[in-house]
Amino acid sequence: MAQQLTAKEPTAEQIAEYKIYREFGVSDYEYDLICKFLGRKPNYTEIGVFSVMWSEHCAYKNSKPVLKKFPVSGPRVLMGPGEGAGIVDIGDNQAVVFKIESHNHPSAVEPYQGAATGVGGIIRDIFSMGARPVALLNSLRFGKLDNPRVKYLFENVVAGIAGYGNCIGIPTVAGEVMFDESYEGNPLVNAMCVGLIDHDQIQRGVAKGVGNPVFYVGPATGRDGIHGATFASVELTEESEEKRTAVQVGDPFMEKLVMEACLELIQSGIVLGIQDMGAAGLTCSSAEMAAKAGNGLELYLDEVPQREEGMTPYEMMLSESQERMLFVIEPQHEAKAREIFERWGVICAKVGKVTDDGRLRLFHKGEVVADMPVKALVDDCPVYHQRSEEPEYYRAFANVDTTAFEEIADLTGALKKVLASPSVASKEWVYNQYDYMVRTSTVVRPGSDAAVVQVPGTRKALAMTTDGNGRYVYLDPEVGGKIAVAEAARNVVCSGAEPLAITDNLNFGSPEKPDVFWQIEKATDGMAEACRVLGTPVIGGNVSLYNENEKGAIYPTPVVGMVGLVHDLDHITTQEFKAEGDVIVLVGETRAELGGSELQYAVLGKTEGRPPQIDLEVEARVQGAVLEAIRQGLVASAHDLSEGGLAVALAESCFGRGLGAVVNVETSLRADVALFSESQSRILLSAKPEKADALVALLAEKGVAHAVLGKVEGSDLVVRVNGRDGIAAPVAELQKVWKEAIPCLLKN
Amino acid sequence: MRFAVIVFPGSNCDIDCCKAVEETIGQPVDYVWHTATDLSAYDAIIVPGGFSYGDYLRCGAIARFAPVMNEVRKAAEEGKYVLGICNGFQILTEAGLLPGVLLRNRDLKFRCHPALLEVVNNETPFTRDYAKGEIVNIPIAHGEGNYYCDEETLAKLEANGQVVFRYKAGENPNGSVSDIAGICNEGRNVVGMMPHPERAVSELLGSSDGKRMFTSVLSAWRERHGATVNG
Repeated sequence: MAQQLTAKEPTAEQIAEYKIYREFGVSDYEYDLICKFLGRKPNYTEIGVFSVMWSEHCAYKNSKPVLKKFPVSGPRVLMGPGEGAGIVDIGDNQAVVFKIESHNHPSAVEPYQGAATGVGGIIRDIFSMGARPVALLNSLRFGKLDNPRVKYLFENVVAGIAGYGNCIGIPTVAGEVMFDESYEGNPLVNAMCVGLIDHDQIQRGVAKGVGNPVFYVGPATGRDGIHGATFASVELTEESEEKRTAVQVGDPFMEKLVMEACLELIQSGIVLGIQDMGAAGLTCSSAEMAAKAGNGLELYLDEVPQREEGMTPYEMMLSESQERMLFVIEPQHEAKAREIFERWGVICAKVGKVTDDGRLRLFHKGEVVADMPVKALVDDCPVYHQRSEEPEYYRAFANVDTTAFEEIADLTGALKKVLASPSVASKEWVYNQYDYMVRTSTVVRPGSDAAVVQVPGTRKALAMTTDGNGRYVYLDPEVGGKIAVAEAARNVVCSGAEPLAITDNLNFGSPEKPDVFWQIEKATDGMAEACRVLGTPVIGGNVSLYNENEKGAIYPTPVVGMVGLVHDLDHITTQEFKAEGDVIVLVGETRAELGGSELQYAVLGKTEGRPPQIDLEVEARVQGAVLEAIRQGLVASAHDLSEGGLAVALAESCFGRGLGAVVNVETSLRADVALFSESQSRILLSAKPEKADALVALLAEKGVAHAVLGKVEGSDLVVRVNGRDGIAAPVAELQKVWKEAIPCLLKN
Repeated sequence: MRFAVIVFPGSNCDIDCCKAVEETIGQPVDYVWHTATDLSAYDAIIVPGGFSYGDYLRCGAIARFAPVMNEVRKAAEEGKYVLGICNGFQILTEAGLLPGVLLRNRDLKFRCHPALLEVVNNETPFTRDYAKGEIVNIPIAHGEGNYYCDEETLAKLEANGQVVFRYKAGENPNGSVSDIAGICNEGRNVVGMMPHPERAVSELLGSSDGKRMFTSVLSAWRERHGATVNG
C-alpha cells in the first residue's frame, strides 16, 4: 500500500495518533470499525471515502430505523427506495419516476449555487433511471422576511432554482414557500423532479459484468464540493461560511447536454448500469454501483478528467463537481457510446473496470492508493438507535386553549392580515421567475393546489404537489406527519387525480438530541400510517438532519412530494370559482382548531397548543367522495382548506376570475374560530346550479359531512356567520393585499 | 410546406415548436442540427427558444457562429420564411438578420407569464391571419427580452412598419423601447419575437392565440406557390 504522495496529507499513523478522522465526522468507535474492516489503519484517501460513505447523508445511519416503518410497495410500484428515484406504473407501458432531495446547508451558505445544484442533482437522479424529466417542484422555508439576510437567501434561492430549471428546459410547475423564525439561518431548499419512462427503458445503478469498462461522463472534476455530504451532516455554525468551498457550482447548460446524451445512450439499449455522481461524487456512485451488483470496482484515477493541476486521489474521490455520471457497458459497445457523447460535445472517459473481488480499489500514478471492501463502505456503516425523549414543550402545550383570546370583531381585517402573511400570500413573485410552461404540457399552473402536467400524446395527466407544515409537526409530530401526507393527497384529489405515491424529505434537527429524535420518530409514525390508510406508498426520498442554528433546531419539517394520476383530461379541476350563480359547498367538519394556524401566527403572534386533529378514515372518505364527484362531472371548482382555513379558501377561490361570493356559515363555534380554524379533511367545492343537487346527494351517499354555504355572486366576498355579518370586502381589494404582500416586504 | 426547427446545444423549445407545427397545420417538420450546411429542402425555418450555448458570453452571441446560421442567412435572403422565438430572436439580432439587441429585463429578473400583445403589423407572412390592432394572449418566458435600438433605427422600424407586436399599453414586462415585443426585417419574411406562440396553441395550455402564426405562414406559402402545390 503506497502512502499518500502529497506532503500535506497526514499518514495513516498520524490520522490515528491525532484522531484526525474526527474532523471528518468519524467517531472513535467508527474509526475502530473501519480499521477492523480494512485489517489496518486507513490512509487519508480511505478515511475520506469512509467518512462520506458513512455520513448520515449517504448511510442514513440515524434514520434507517425510522425509514423502515414506511410502506414501500403497492400494486403500481415498479421500483421503491434504493435507486436514484422510485417508479410508479401509470398504465399503457408508461411509468412516472420521481424523487425529492434537499440542499439545505449549501443554500444557507451560498444560496444561488446551493439551490441551483440542488435542482441539478435531482434532475440527474431522474434521467439516470432512463426517464425524461418533465417537471420540477420545490419546497422552501425561510426565516421572517423582515430580516435582510433572509431576504438575500430567499431572493437568491429562487433565482438559483430559476437559473437552473429555466436553462435546462424543464418546467418548474409547483412548490410551496413558508416563512417562520424557526428557519432563520437554516433555510430549507427541497427540490423534486418528475419524469416519464416506458417500462422497458428502466435503468439501475449497477456495475454488472466482471471485466466490463466503467465510463465517466460530464465535465472535468475540480476541487469544488469536497466533503459536501459530510457538510450536510453537521450543524451549521458561524464557521460554516468557511465551508463555501464545500458548495458546488452548477452548469445547467452542461447538464442539458449530459442529459440528452445519456438519454440517447440509454435508448440505444447498450447500458448495463448508470448512476449519477451526486453526494460524495465518484466515491458514492462507484461504491454503490459495485455493491448493488455484488461486484468490485477498480478506478484508474489518472484517467479521470481533471480541471485542476495536481489533484490528489482524495480530492478526486470527494469532489462534488456537478453534472457527472458513471455508467457501465460491455467493451464492444465503446465506440457507439463515444460517438453519442462526441456528438453532444460531452467528455466521456474510461476510468475503471468491474471486478469480482468485492473491493473498491483506486490506482494513481501506478500505485494502489486505496483498497477497501465495497460492502463495508455501503452496507456496514453502524446504525444508531438514538435516544428519544418527549420534550417539555409538548407536555406544556397539552393544556393550552387555542381559542382563549378575545373574540376578533374585525374579521375582514383579520382576513387581510392572514392574506398578507407571506406564507399565505400570493407566490407570483416567486413562480413568475420560473419557466413553468416549457415543454408545453403544463395544464394547471403554479398557484394551484397541485400542478397538472399532461402525459404527451395521451388523455392522461399527472398532478403533483409538495406539502409539509412544520408548525403542525412541531406541535404534534405524529399528527403533523399524518397531515403532511393527507394534505398532499387532498391537493392532488382537488385537481382531479388519484393519489399514487409519495417521495419524502425529512428535514429535522440533530438526531443526537433526544427531543429531536422523538420528533423524527413520531412524525414518521404519522406519515407511515397516513401512507397506509391513503394507499400512497413511499417510493423514495431524502433525509436532512442537523438542521440547526445557534438558536436550536428548525421546526421538524417532513416535506411530502406527491404525484397523482388524472385518468382523463376532462377531470382536471382548478380552485377558482368559474361562474356567477354556481353553488358553493363545504365538505368536512369544522372544529375549534387554531393550534399552529396562520391566524394564531399572523394575528396573535404565537405558535402553541395542539395542531388540528385528523381522522385518516374520514380523510380517505372525503377524498374518495370528492374525486368521485369530480369524475362524474359535478364539480366546477375544488380547493383544499389549509393555512387560513375557510376564510382564505373562499378568498383564494374568488381571486382566479375576480368573482365574488355570498355565503353563510351555520356553526356552533365563535365566528372567528369557524372562519380561521384549520380543521383537516375539508374541501371547498363549487358546482353549476343544475349539478348542485346531484353533488349534495353524492356527498350524502358517501357519508361525508357537507354544507351548502351560498353562491358565487357579484364582485365582493361576503361571509356571514349564523346570519350575522362577518367578512365583507371587494375581491379586488383582498386580492391586492394578497398579491402585493411579498413584493412589498422585499422592497422595504 | 416543409419546416426546419434548428437545434443548438442548449435549445429547449425545439420540441415545442415541432409539436406546434404538427398540431396546428400538420405540415412536415424536421429537427435540424446546428452543424447542418444545407437548408435548401425547407420552406420555413424556426429558430427556437432556449439557452443556446448556455447563453454564455451573451444571448445568441455564440450561436450566430454556428455553421447552420450561414444557411439561415441564405434562406432569409432567398425570401424564405424565418421565425425567431425568444432565444431565436436574440440569435437573429446577433446574426444581423434583424436590427437591435435584447438587453436584460428592466427588473433584472426572468419573467414567465401570459402577456397581452397588440398586433401592429398583420401584413407579414406570420401575422396575416390576425386583425390589425387585435389584442392576443401569447406568453413570455425570458430574462433578456428588453428590446433596444437607437432612435434612428426605431424611427426606421416604425416608418417601414417593421414593428409586428407590441406589449399592450401599460403592460410592458421588460422595458423594451416603444413596448416592442416582435419585429420583422424590411422584406417582412424574417420575424423575431420574445413571446412564445408555440406555447399558445390550445385552450388546454391557456390560450390558442399563437396558432394563427402557423396558419398565417402556411397560407402565405400557399399563395406564393399558387394552386400547383398540395398541402
